[in-house]
Formats: sequence, structure tokens, C-alpha cells
Amino acid sequence: MTARKLPHKDVVIVGLGWTGSIVANELADAGLEVVAIERGPWRDTASASAPNYAQDELRYRIRHELFLRPGQTTFTFRNKMNQTALPIRTWGAFMPGDGVGGGGLHWNAETWRFLPSDFVLKTHLTKRYGTRFLPPDMTIQDWGITYEELEPYYDRFEYLCGTCGTAGNLRGTIQEGGNPFEGPRSRPYPNPAQQQPFSHTLFAKAAREMGYKPFPQPSGNMSRPYTNPLGVRLGPCTYCGFCEWFVCANYSKASPQTTILPVLMRRGNFQLRDNAEVTQINTDSSGKRATGVTFVDSSGEQWEQPADLVILAAFTIFNIQLLLLSRIGKPYDPQANTGVIGRNFTHQTISDVTSFFDKSKFIFNPFIASGAIGMAIDEFNGDNFDHGPHGFVGGGYMGQIQTGGRPIQTIPVPPGTPKWGAAWKAAVRDNYQSALKPGTGVHGSMYSYRDVYVDLDPTYRDRFGRPLARITIDFHENELKQNIFLTDKFAEIFKTMGAQQVVKEYRRGPYDITDYQTTHLCGGAIMGTDPKSSALNRYLQSWDVPNLFVMGATAFPQNAGYNPTDTVGALAYWAADAIRTRYLKNPGPLVHA
Amino acid sequence: MRNAVPRLIAGATALLAVACTARLASADSLPSGQDFSQVERGRYLAVVADFGGCHTDAGGRPFAGGRPIATPFGTVVAANITPDRETGIGNWSDEQFDSAVRLGRTGDGTWLYPAMPFPYYTRMIRADVLAIRAYLNTLPAVHHKVKSNQLPFPFDIRAGMRLWDALYFTPGPYKSDPGKSAQWNRGAYLVQGPGHCAACHTPKTRLGGDRDRQSLQGYALQGWFAPDITDSTTLGLGNWSAEDIVAYLKSGHNRFAAASGPMGEEVANSSSEMTDGDLEAIAAYLKSRPGDSTTDKPLSAGDRTMVAGAAIYQDLCSACHRPDGSGVAYLIPDLAHSSAVASREPTSVLRVVIHGAQSVGTAREPTAPAMPAFGWQLTDAQIAAVATYLRNSWGHAAPATEAEQVHNARAGAG
Repeated sequence: MTARKLPHKDVVIVGLGWTGSIVANELADAGLEVVAIERGPWRDTASASAPNYAQDELRYRIRHELFLRPGQTTFTFRNKMNQTALPIRTWGAFMPGDGVGGGGLHWNAETWRFLPSDFVLKTHLTKRYGTRFLPPDMTIQDWGITYEELEPYYDRFEYLCGTCGTAGNLRGTIQEGGNPFEGPRSRPYPNPAQQQPFSHTLFAKAAREMGYKPFPQPSGNMSRPYTNPLGVRLGPCTYCGFCEWFVCANYSKASPQTTILPVLMRRGNFQLRDNAEVTQINTDSSGKRATGVTFVDSSGEQWEQPADLVILAAFTIFNIQLLLLSRIGKPYDPQANTGVIGRNFTHQTISDVTSFFDKSKFIFNPFIASGAIGMAIDEFNGDNFDHGPHGFVGGGYMGQIQTGGRPIQTIPVPPGTPKWGAAWKAAVRDNYQSALKPGTGVHGSMYSYRDVYVDLDPTYRDRFGRPLARITIDFHENELKQNIFLTDKFAEIFKTMGAQQVVKEYRRGPYDITDYQTTHLCGGAIMGTDPKSSALNRYLQSWDVPNLFVMGATAFPQNAGYNPTDTVGALAYWAADAIRTRYLKNPGPLVHA
Repeated sequence: MRNAVPRLIAGATALLAVACTARLASADSLPSGQDFSQVERGRYLAVVADFGGCHTDAGGRPFAGGRPIATPFGTVVAANITPDRETGIGNWSDEQFDSAVRLGRTGDGTWLYPAMPFPYYTRMIRADVLAIRAYLNTLPAVHHKVKSNQLPFPFDIRAGMRLWDALYFTPGPYKSDPGKSAQWNRGAYLVQGPGHCAACHTPKTRLGGDRDRQSLQGYALQGWFAPDITDSTTLGLGNWSAEDIVAYLKSGHNRFAAASGPMGEEVANSSSEMTDGDLEAIAAYLKSRPGDSTTDKPLSAGDRTMVAGAAIYQDLCSACHRPDGSGVAYLIPDLAHSSAVASREPTSVLRVVIHGAQSVGTAREPTAPAMPAFGWQLTDAQIAAVATYLRNSWGHAAPATEAEQVHNARAGAG
């Protein structure tokens, strides 16, 4: 099948989620002709989420309305290198988004910055604990960028989103009520924190009594009407409790649709092709220059889109797969410990605590919520505490961040309750108002290891005959120790709140691909300072193909104990700025290795 | 019909008078048609008069015609007004062009239907019309043959327009009122002339003529109700400041309302591109139109339909529009200050509830929020109840909406 050639564009963007939208708007604003090619359909608030059918847990959460269909493409999975990977036929541990907006449409809008030490992790931990403290197969790296450099871009993303929160560190001065561990902010959040429901307030009170410094989780669910710097307006959140898995029906959750697309779609020099799947990034005969992409439309016809600049802005695992299939960058070989594409792949270490209170004293109304509501503590994140006595590195935030009381998944019953029948119904009724289940209450980091990676599957292929991406991932002892430590600390707070029964749900190995954690897949084409150990330079520019930039959490050398989107958005603005101010003036490598 | 004969004579006399004036005016020295400032003024006036909106088909070349215009009498298709000599207006003289725009008679003497709003354009001054011509002359000629008259019998007989004109057409340019300010006069000129606001907003007779005594007091067309835009505090824009009107016309949104449907189109094609000075003039003129502020007594809150409507409102509408109907400024319309809700007829309320509505996006207000459709979810009686509730709450008063009206609205609006 020969691809029909389309007219040349300045920029082609693969995927129109958060990063694709940000870079498209920045480069179109710079006057370039930009086309975005998106695998899934067009989605906007009115078409994808009318309030009269949006709050449907069965349709959206259970039946994956907004997500990629595994029949369209999937990946294979195994825990260990000596196992045979099998294809995933329904989503479990993470949920690849689909369509315009990508994961940015259905996320909870938890908008965290990483710690300054997270960006220089290897240097920082080695300096504090010595080289021998780290497990020998741990492959963590510094990012090649500092928090201070990224701060203005965090700020831009947060003001785009209208993030609601209480600053904990304003230009170096610690602020009452905020996160005292965060890096310095140049200015306060654009909006005040959301109001907190009863259980969240009670958690904060108990945490304060225990000597912690609780603060509201930074939220992209609006605490008040907001107009962002692009002139796009968001409405106040109604606390309906349908954020994650859902599209906000009230224009209250920051997403590409509610912050950028109304402006981007009006631009005459921007074009979107939806329902079109990019199958390859094309390079010239030298392999050092991208010439555009090839994509297949919904009728199966192949097209070539030539462009001077290629921006890869798909979901982590599909970014990696496209790089491998396009033979850009050296594939990672875990045996030889060479190559970079597929290397330092990570996910997250999540656990939870379900607690049961006296129903005659506690009525929590758990359905009053938003996706990023909650009170959290950060005492046990990153390197905010001395890991010396504990024998592991990393950490996470923890909090009462319950995002709803939805009827299918949020009906906690005490252990030992029958799974069905009259006794189960009675237990649901007795506990619905007086039990707490944060969902991802402990949000732990996952650091990178030599035997956790992505490559191409030798057996299974997608509908175009291309090899599927193969994930090899397992939990390592460091993360499992970390999780026990964090979960125990978390449970103590619920006991202090007065829970009669606290059930700890530790994260245990082996890594389970069927059990949802988060959709925070990271790494696989990481940024860094050395082309031997990173695929991208500090501007997310491919070391091998300088007119290719790769967006997203794909660039994270390891995952921190936070949700990644704020950092993903900040890096997109950082890279777009480097392209606008430096690359366009002198196209070529922005860093000479 | 008793008045028809005298009006016919009066109309014919007026027509003659204008024709004479026009001939006289043509002797004045006018720019050559190549003058940039004239072309630019013509471009602007073509926007004000929304020539492009009507004469450009969806996906078609600008001004090349082909867009069907739905009227209560059938469909009229907009003509090709590019300078193509065969299928456009390239071989028309300026005289013929002026006659078409201001008198409703084309170059070959054909009578135009008032789907082309010449009864309003006639208020324009000749220099403005010729400026538009000068602008149209700069456009690329597009060869695109359009069959304009697709009306059923007997409306397809253009000669019928002779009688219509006699009944409803009063030709002649706008006459300044020396007792009013220059701004007010500019506003009146724009509203009555090129802006042709009355084409939608003035109640019509059964033959489609304006009911002049109810000028700008609202009229149902194309499945919407073009609301009262006088200063009436109950039905019109009396609670809007001049700034609110300017913001609405400029951006499609203000603290109360969002433009959608035909008005959204008008904002996108025309008023959003107008100068602030002209919009302020329009606002000043509209604020000076007293309208009719007589009030009905609202239905009591205990009325059975009102109780049902309130429950539906609480369940389905109040999350966005707020329990008190106040909405969110510039995002979710304020139903308590909505002339679409307060209108004499519930047409727009039913349209929006049944089918939903996409508000207009503009450079100044790009958000373009949309109202979801509820027609699939609610029965005729439920929609009638919620419409009745809206139209009798927060200071509004209107007769109860009947389920049959909802039934008809479902069938009528696409």
C-alpha cells in the first residue's frame, strides 16, 4: 500500500492531548503551519459529556467509554525477562486514553509539582546516603534540568489550568496552610483551594494533631469561575464527584478542551485530523532527519504528512512504540545494558486504607467530592524524611483524597462481608455514609531498574501487522518496603480520626496488570545529559534526530511520588519555548553532547 | 385589504421619488471604485450588513451564493454576488446594484423577495451601497450558477412582489433626527439600515411584512424566537446596560446571555467584526426604544405544573444555571435576566431544551460553551412544565406552556 502524500506543513504533531495542544498552540502562535494527527475521535464538553448522561459509572468507568479499544491496539505484558509476555485484552493497571484531549480529558486534575530534589535524584541520594545505599540494579538518573529552571513553566501550566491550592512556599518563605516541602513558587496559585468535605477536614485535623502539616491537594477543579490567560473560561465546580474516568459537564475541570482547544481550533494555521493513526515517523536516508509521518485514516487509507518538525505527543507507551518502530534511537538492551529507547520505564506504587467509623456518629456524604479534592501530607514523599533507618528510597504523598461515592466502585464493606445477597446489601447500607476509601490514598514513587523496560514483542502484532509494545515490569523490594512504611503511617491517621476498623491494602508483588493503580506510565525515552543513557536532551529533543521532540512523561527518568501532569505540562511549555526562541532561529541540536 | 389600494399608490409614488433621488445622486462625484478607503469602507459595511453570511454557502466560496434561506413561504437561495459576468453581478452597473440593494429590483427589472432584506437596506445612503459594490468588485469572480427562486406556487410568481412592496415597502434612506445625538442617529441608521435587525426582531404580518408599531419587540422564526430588543424591562433588554449590549454583540456573550442559533451566526459573521463605536451607537439606540413593559401576573409557585417544573429544574438544570437561575457570567446564561426566557412565546426555550444549543465562539470570548439536549430524556409534558417554571420564576410571567407546543416544536425544528 503506497501512502498518498499531503501538502507539506511546518510542524506535524502526533496526538492531541495536553502536550500536543500546548505545543500546537505555542507553535501556531509563532506563525507556523501546524497539523495534529489524533488516533481517536473529536471530543468536546457538549458532545462527550452532557450532564444528563455524564454521571454514568457503568458506561464510563466499567465499560471504558473514553478509552482506547484494545482491539484497536494494545500491548503485551510480563513480570520477568524470562517469561513470555501475553497481550492485554482489557485495561487494568492503567487506562490509555483515546481521542482529542487524551488523558487530560478524563483525569482527576490533581496538579502537583515535583520536589526540587526529584530533578537531581541520583546526585542528591548519592550525596546524602552514599552510593551503596541504592539497590545495585536501580537505574535512577538526574533529569538534566532543575526545579528552578522549570518553575516558570509550572507556573504557566497552572495559570492555564486555573489550579486551585494554597501555596506552601512563596519565593522561599514558608506559608501557613500550604505544603511546606514544595519548591519555591514565584506567585500564589491562580485560585484558592476548593472547599473540603467533612471527611477530608477530619483527616487534616487528625494529621495536625499528630504533628504533620496537612494542606489541600492542588486541584484543577475550579473553586470559583476562572478566565485563563488565553481568555478561555471555566465555571465553578459543583462537587458532583464524577471527574476521573469522566468528562466534566460543567466546564469546571481543566482539560485541553476547557483551556486551550477553543483558542487553538480557531487558528487558521492549525489543522486537526482525528480518527487517524500515525504508524511511523519517517526519516531521510541518513536516519538523522525526520521528514514527517505516515498515518492511516479510518477507511484504512495510508497518507504521508511531510513536515519540517515532528512532535511526538502520544501516551507514554505509544511514544516508545513509535520510536522503536521508526528505528529512531538505539533500542534498549537490558542484557548488555546499552541503548536508550525503552529504558527506565516506570509506573507508580499505590496503596490504600479503608476505614470504618461508627455510623451513629459519622455521616460523611462521600458523594460530595471532586477529582482532586482532598487534604494531604507530604512528610513521607521524595527525600522529605531521613531514609537512613528504613532501608529504602523514595516515598509519596498520602491523603484523604476520596473523589466520590460512586455506586459501583465506592461501596466499602468490612472484611468478611459476603460478596452478595442480603448480608452484603445490609453491610453496604450500614457503611456507605460512615466508611472512607480514598482510592489512591498512598501515592508512592516508583524508581527505575535495569529489568523494567519496553521493547517490541516478538510474537504479537497490531491490526497493521506492526509488533506490539512489550512491557516487562515488576515491583522491586525497595518499592514494596516503601509501600509498607507509607501505608502504616497512613493508617495511623485514620485511627486518630476515630475509625473503629482500619483495613490496610498494601501494594504487594508481583506487579499485577489487572489491578488499577494510576495511568502514570513514565520513562522509556528519557531526558538527560548523556546520549548513552538518555534518548532526549534537556529540551526533549531527540539526540539522534534533532527535528524530533518527544513530549510527555516518556521523558521522566523515574517516577516521583506525585501525579505527573503538572510536570508533563511544564515540560511541554519548556520545550515549546526552546523551539520558539532557539530552535526555529537555528534548526539543529540545542545541546551538543 | 381595504387599505391596499391607497397604500399601493403611496408606495408607487415613494418608489418614483426614490428613483428620482437616485438619479440625482448619481451625478455627484463619487470615488472611482479603486480607492482603498472606499473599498475598505465597503468591506466593513458588507460585514455590518452581513452580505457574506447569507451569500456564502456552507463550504462554498465567499459571496458565491447558493445558501438556502428558509422563509415561512419556502426556500429562497442566495444569489452569487461575486463579479462573475455570467453567473454573478459582474455585468451590472452601479445603478442596477443600488436598485437591487435599496429597491429590491435587479438589473433586469426582476422583483426580489424580501428574504433579501432590501426593505431595510433601503435606509442606507447611496454612497454606502456603492462602497459595498466597490468592495465586491475586488473579489475573485466565481462562476457559480444559482437558481434563487425555489418557492412553491403561488409565491414563485415574482410579480406578486409588486403588491407586497406596495403593502410593506417604504423606500428611502434613513433621515437623521436633528433632536438626537450623532451617536443615536448612527445607531438608528445601523439598526434600521445595514444591520437590518428588524428583519428578525420585529413581529410580522401573515404575509411577512413588519408590524411597525411593534418594531423590535420580538418574532419567532427558523425555530427560534428573536427576542424583544427594546428597553422593555419585562420582555426586552431593559435590565441590560449599554455595555452589556456592546459586550454581547462584540463577543457573543455577556454576564447574562450567550448568542446561539441565528444570532450566534450574526455575531460570528457581523457584529463581532464591528467597531466599538458602532456597537455603542447601536446600544444607545436600542436603549432608547421604550418597548412594552406591561406585566402579566406569574403563575403561583403552588400551581401543579410549576411544582413539577421546579422539581425538574432542581434535578437537571440547577447545577449549571444555579438554583436562582443566575448561571455563571459569560459561561452559563442567567435565566433570571434572559429575554429568550421572558419572550412572549416559549419558542427559544423549547428549542434549546429539546435540541440543545451551541453558543458562538469569538476572538474575545473563545470558550463557546454549549447547552446539552434534553429532548431525548424528557417527555413533552415535562419540557412544558420546566418551560412554564422558567417563564414564571425570578420575575418572569407568562402563560403556561402546553405539551402540544412542545410536540410541535419537536416536529418543527431540525
